[in-house]
Amino acid sequence: MATLNTTPDTEKIKAREGIISILEDIQARFGYLPEKELRNVAEHTGQSLVDIYGVATFYKSFSLKPRGKHLVSVCLGTACHVRGGPNVKKEFEHSLNIRAGDTTKDKEFTLETVACLGACALGPIVVADGHYFSKVTSPKVKQIINKTREGLDKVEIQTDQRIFPVEISCARCNHSLMDPDHLVDYHPSIRVTISFERKHGWLRLSSLYGSYNIESEYEIPENTVVNFFCPHCHTELRGAANCVECGSPMVPMIVKGGGVIQICSKRGCKGHMLDLSGGIYG
Amino acid sequence: MVNLKLNGLIISVEEGTTILEAARFMGFPIPTLCHMEGLSPYGACRLCVVEVGEGTKAKLVTSCTSVVQEGMTVRTASARVVKARKMIVELLLATCPQSKVIQDIASELGVRQQRFRQEYEDCIMCGLCVRMCEEQMMAKAIGFRGRGDHRSIGTPFDMKSEVCRLCGGCIYVCPACQLRCTYTEPEKAICGGCMNLTPPCLEKEKFEDMMCYMEPCVACEIKNR
Ligand code: FES
Ligand code: FES
Repeated sequence: MATLNTTPDTEKIKAREGIISILEDIQARFGYLPEKELRNVAEHTGQSLVDIYGVATFYKSFSLKPRGKHLVSVCLGTACHVRGGPNVKKEFEHSLNIRAGDTTKDKEFTLETVACLGACALGPIVVADGHYFSKVTSPKVKQIINKTREGLDKVEIQTDQRIFPVEISCARCNHSLMDPDHLVDYHPSIRVTISFERKHGWLRLSSLYGSYNIESEYEIPENTVVNFFCPHCHTELRGAANCVECGSPMVPMIVKGGGVIQICSKRGCKGHMLDLSGGIYG
Repeated sequence: MVNLKLNGLIISVEEGTTILEAARFMGFPIPTLCHMEGLSPYGACRLCVVEVGEGTKAKLVTSCTSVVQEGMTVRTASARVVKARKMIVELLLATCPQSKVIQDIASELGVRQQRFRQEYEDCIMCGLCVRMCEEQMMAKAIGFRGRGDHRSIGTPFDMKSEVCRLCGGCIYVCPACQLRCTYTEPEKAICGGCMNLTPPCLEKEKFEDMMCYMEPCVACEIKNR
């Protein structure tokens, strides 16, 4: 059936797409969409504020209220609903003392409900900071909250067999970068010097392949691209490749026993490559 | 020119005409709610449905947004159309029973009762005010916000808009608040008749405890607070 709008207004659609990615960037930066920023967007794109506000309120991934540090989503899709999702939600609301959609006073948790996460057979599903919990029952809720509060990125080393320790040396001077006196994840750490935003200091990486735990002299803000240096020869550890996830430069290091590991230089990005055969700049 | 069969009549109309325009031109009445000359068709209320096509392939389409096509068959008042329309009116009544416009349409179609859960929503999301503001007043002060059953119309952040010139156009076209606040002359039937120049929906605070004889006046916004 032909309608009046047979040719979609491509200009309009394009402008809209542009807005979505701008809003996504703002959301990534602040964790929510501050009013001031939305007004800024309106001014710079020449779009009216209503339209931008409309887009911002339409999509669930945008939030106009500041969000908590941890995001917990309880699935209330059909399958999870019949398997007891509502009870799980209630338990979360009870334990966190907030309603779904709200953030705790201490800005630690944001609780929200979602409709189907595509893992129905394992329902009720709860996703906390990107980690899936399956077959969640009310008694498990407390546990999930505690784990999330501690940080889910701290991987349980013993239990996960995919995680193994590596020994690393500088790609330029071949000096070992291992620091046996300083443990991260109960294993000798990898020590490098870093610089970002005019700050220089040390950084210790976990030598477990698959763990992202680090310790550093300075708190590195999320999404900062950091320059890595060898503490022995002081050359910058910088490869030719860019991270496939975020496009930031990769940092190459030699793995003892042959091979190269490259990690992304952006804080928070988990991009990495392990190549046990090739050369450094291959 | 495009030839089509309208209620059994073979007619030819100019290309690009909507079915609604063609039918009205030929004198076949089609009830509409969200359609208004001067505003772009929107297809929100679905009241203007007509049946297009023949036999099992016949479909219900909104005539206000569909343009005529060569050789199409249109029925504006078939049993199926009437049934669908009645149901739509019932649904509208269930959302906003107090609207004079909707009541008129209902009685025209012979709907005396509605079978759904009664709500008093006021806004039926016809989008007339949004289009009025954007297309005629060139202001874009109000728009749709949210989605699903949280969809609402209003200004960004629920704040007084800087681009709103208080023209009152939105209230003028609104089928839900029309004929509600008319001061002492109901025949004027334009909100703002009570001499408040600011559309009440934009200055909720001020009108919070306002009352008029058509109680509850300006309930359209204040009620929700
Ligand atoms: S319903 Fe919860 S994952 Fe599908
Ligand atoms: S008048 Fe056609 S959908 Fe409302």
